Formats: sequence, C-alpha cells, structure tokens
Amino acid sequence: MEREKVIEVEGLVKKFGSFVANDHLTFDVYRGEIFGFLGANGAGKTTAIRILCGLSRPTSGRVMVAGIDASRPEEIKKRIGYMSQRFSLYEDLTVTENIELYGGIYGMTMKEIRPRTDMLLRKLSFIESGDTLIKSLPLGLRQKLAFSVAVFHDPGIVFLDEPTSGVDPITRRQFWEMIYETASRGITVFVTTHYMDEAEYCDRVTIMSEGKIVALDSPAALRARYGTSSVEELFVKITRPQKEKV
Amino acid sequence: MAAAEAYNISHRYAKVTALSNLSFSVNDGELFGFIGPDGAGKTTLFRIAATLIIPSEGKMTLFGLDTVNDYKQLRNIIGYMPGRFSLYYDLTVEENLNFYATIFGTTIKENYHLIEPIYKHIEPFRKRLTGRLSGGMKQKLALSCALIHKPRILLLDEPTTGVDAVSRTEFWAILSHLKNEGITIIVSTPYMDEALRCDRIALIQNGTIMSIDTPQNIRRSYGQKLYAVICPDKYKLLLALSTEPCALSSEPFGDSIHVTLIPGTDPQQLVTALSASGLSGVMIEEIVPGIEDVFLELMKKEQ
Repeated sequence: MEREKVIEVEGLVKKFGSFVANDHLTFDVYRGEIFGFLGANGAGKTTAIRILCGLSRPTSGRVMVAGIDASRPEEIKKRIGYMSQRFSLYEDLTVTENIELYGGIYGMTMKEIRPRTDMLLRKLSFIESGDTLIKSLPLGLRQKLAFSVAVFHDPGIVFLDEPTSGVDPITRRQFWEMIYETASRGITVFVTTHYMDEAEYCDRVTIMSEGKIVALDSPAALRARYGTSSVEELFVKITRPQKEKV
Repeated sequence: MAAAEAYNISHRYAKVTALSNLSFSVNDGELFGFIGPDGAGKTTLFRIAATLIIPSEGKMTLFGLDTVNDYKQLRNIIGYMPGRFSLYYDLTVEENLNFYATIFGTTIKENYHLIEPIYKHIEPFRKRLTGRLSGGMKQKLALSCALIHKPRILLLDEPTTGVDAVSRTEFWAILSHLKNEGITIIVSTPYMDEALRCDRIALIQNGTIMSIDTPQNIRRSYGQKLYAVICPDKYKLLLALSTEPCALSSEPFGDSIHVTLIPGTDPQQLVTALSASGLSGVMIEEIVPGIEDVFLELMKKEQ
C-alpha cells in the first residue's frame, strides 16, 4: 500500500538576493510520521520551515503541504499546527483563555472547544487549574500545554521548532511521549532539535548543510551507512567534512 | 586559594525562591560546570558571582574578594558572558571588541594572544555590524569580549544553548584551551552530555545543588544496575515497559530505553516477558550510567 504523503517537496529553491538559502530540496513526509529536521545553525532549516508553514514563498520548486500547494499559503495555515521554542502562549492570559483563543483562530466553535478543553486538562492532570495565568506555570508544563494547543484543532501536521530547548530531563521525556502519542493518532510531527538523542526518537531524520539536504533516512539506517554509533557522531561527520581536511 | 566560594547563598525574587542555601567551592584553574534545566537558578547564581545582584542571604567570594563589598576590584578580574547576547548590535565586530578593551584600560593588541584562537574565526568580518553576524559568530565575539582584559576567572552563562552540536564541540575545545592558559572557568549548560568536558560539576535543580563531584564520580554514584533495552518499535516498547512488573523505571535515551529492574531480576527474564507480549527483536545489555541518568534519578528522589 502506498503511504499517504502529507508533505511533498520537489526541487525547492529559496533565494534571498544572490544568497541561496534552500538549494533544490526534495523530500516527502508521510502521514503519522515523526520527521526530524536537523542541521547546523544557518544551514537553511528555518527558511524551509517558514515555507512549509505558509509564511514564505519558494523562489522555485513544488511544495505541497496537507494537499495544498504553497501558492495558497492561507489554506496551508489552516491545516497545520505550529509551536516555536520562544513564543507560543500568551503569558497574561489563563490556560483556558489561551486554548479558546487558538481554537477560535482555527475556526472551532465554543461547543467544540469546551469538551476538548476538559479532556486536554484532564490528560495533563491539570483539571483544577484552567484559570491559572500562563506566566505562573513552570516552564515544563508550559511547553506541554503549548504542544497540546498546537494540535488542539487536529491538524494533519504539526511543526515543532526546538520544543524542548532548556527543558528538564523528566519533562523532555514526557514531551516526547506526547509526540509519540500524537503521531500514533495519525498526526504527522515535523520537529527540529539540538538534542541529538532526540533525533534518535524520530522515524526518519534529514540533515541539512549549507542549504542542501545531505542525509535523509531512519536513524538506524544512517548510523549503519556512515559507520557511526550515534546520530550525534553522524551529524558532526557530515556537516563538517571540510574541517577534517584542515 | 579557592577561585570561588559560596557560603549558604539564597536568593528570592518577590515570591519566587530562585536559590536556596547553596554552598560550593571552585578551585583555581578549574573548569567547573553547573548542569541543569531552565529555571534551576543558574542565571541568578551567575549574576551574583558577576557582582550584578546581591544575594538575599549568604555570601560569595572570588579569589577571596567579596562579590558585594569588593565588587569594584572584582570586576577587573571577572570575564562575564551572560546567557542573552549583550553586545552592541549597531557597532561592528571590531568596535565592540575595542570598546570592551578600552573600558578595562587595555588594548586589543595587548591581549591578542589570548583571544586569537577564537577571534581569528571572526576577524575576516571585523567591519561587519554585530547584529548581522550568525549565532555561532556572535558567540565567539561575546567570548572574545569577555576575555579581552585577561580575566582570572570566566563566568559563562549557557554559552552553548541553542547552538548546533558541531559548534558546541568547537566551543568546548576553546574552553579547554583557555583552561590550559590558567583561567578558571565556571560555565552552565542544560546539555547533560557537555558535563563530561568539565573537571567537576554541580547538578542543579529548583535552586538547590543535588550533587557536586567529578563527572566520573557522579556517574559512579548511580544506585542501581542500569540496562539499555532496544526494539525496532520504540513507542510500543515504552508502553510495554511502563506496565512491566519487573521494571522499576524506564526512560527513553535516544535509540534505546534505559531500564532499572527489581533487584535480583535476570535481565533475560524481561526480554522473555516483552517478547511474550508481542514485541519482536528486543535486546538488552547492561550499561554505564551517564550524567543524565543520574540527574533523572536525583530529580525523582527529590520529588
């Protein structure tokens, strides 16, 4: 059976003046897959993610996200979820207000939002605390909540940009369990991270270097192909080949 | 003389207790790491050490000088790199460096040898505005500026956060080089694997030090036998382990799950049980605990 593609990218090029940020990227991401997007700072990851989220247009190439062409970014935005490391929830709104705000933005009615909010708060063992201001929550809980909000409207795909940066090791693991659970419900998870152990949790990872995709496969297959014992070693090996020559 | 000594330091912001009763000592010439997540109190501690805030209780000295009473003298021997990039964006690379040198009454030329291994990477861009540098280059410039007055001690607050794995490795190589120059370095990081690059570390969480020792001794302090279990279907394995009676704890670690067993359990018994529940390709081996294993164990104890 052919697996359903949620993202299709073919020959994606993005230029800023003469600078080529994305140089002919080609890859597919499947339904329910956890897809890790790795690369050194400045490799072109953010540029590509912005295009996939409908925030920026490709210079050339074909990009389909959740069945929608990149030429219709407003339609793409409705079908995805997004969570960034820095800004995701409004600190001076309560937990419930944030959920209602995001649910509303994605066109959900209060009738749909209320029961789901209860379910979400129960899942996070947070049922009594819907009236808490976000700014008074510990960072770990905030991040788990931000993730729950990003998938609240059941998008086909959710983009997570360094979701666990600086998070304590217990919460980091709980967060990944939530990712696994989300993917098992059929939501595709597209994630970036600087924690190389987290790269191993992905079904497939792609590694970008200088605007190009230099590796794309399951972590186990990549480790075997490059003869390294971890994704971290692999990462160092293929993103800095020029250093080894010096 | 110790390079840094903290005596029962506590610090509160309004209702929040950031640090409670911290004491530690850092030796002259040591590379000392504070390892812990956001919100552990690392930044508060660094700001106290850098003479920028006064602790609610307790005191701290660097090379015998008090961070409150002797702050003017201390500032001449401290190089501080805050977590948030704090150089002037509208000055060029060279102007920033020159500015910091001038404040401390020195010149780039006088201490060039000290910053050379770092600065040479960004020197080709010395006429570029600092705001237009990449993340890795900003980090190198910030370190150059913290070093330009030849401090006796460097205070680096999360210098590698958000930096990719390759640049992080390079940065730690630079720190080893500076240590060999005789500079004491106190550094903080949320990345547990970086702890191994330090002479000694303190594991910090919720404003308290959970453990303080060499990385090797901390790894040895892990209380139980630890096993790595692998299986092609990681999520199923994780779910199965959470209900397995002979498994005391199971924590995902990259491609494997780290498991502790009820004392006396034969590890093969776990494999048999998991296979019986429908998982195929399960393998188990005993492993040496890492810093993060110990951190998790200590966190759970405190909770």
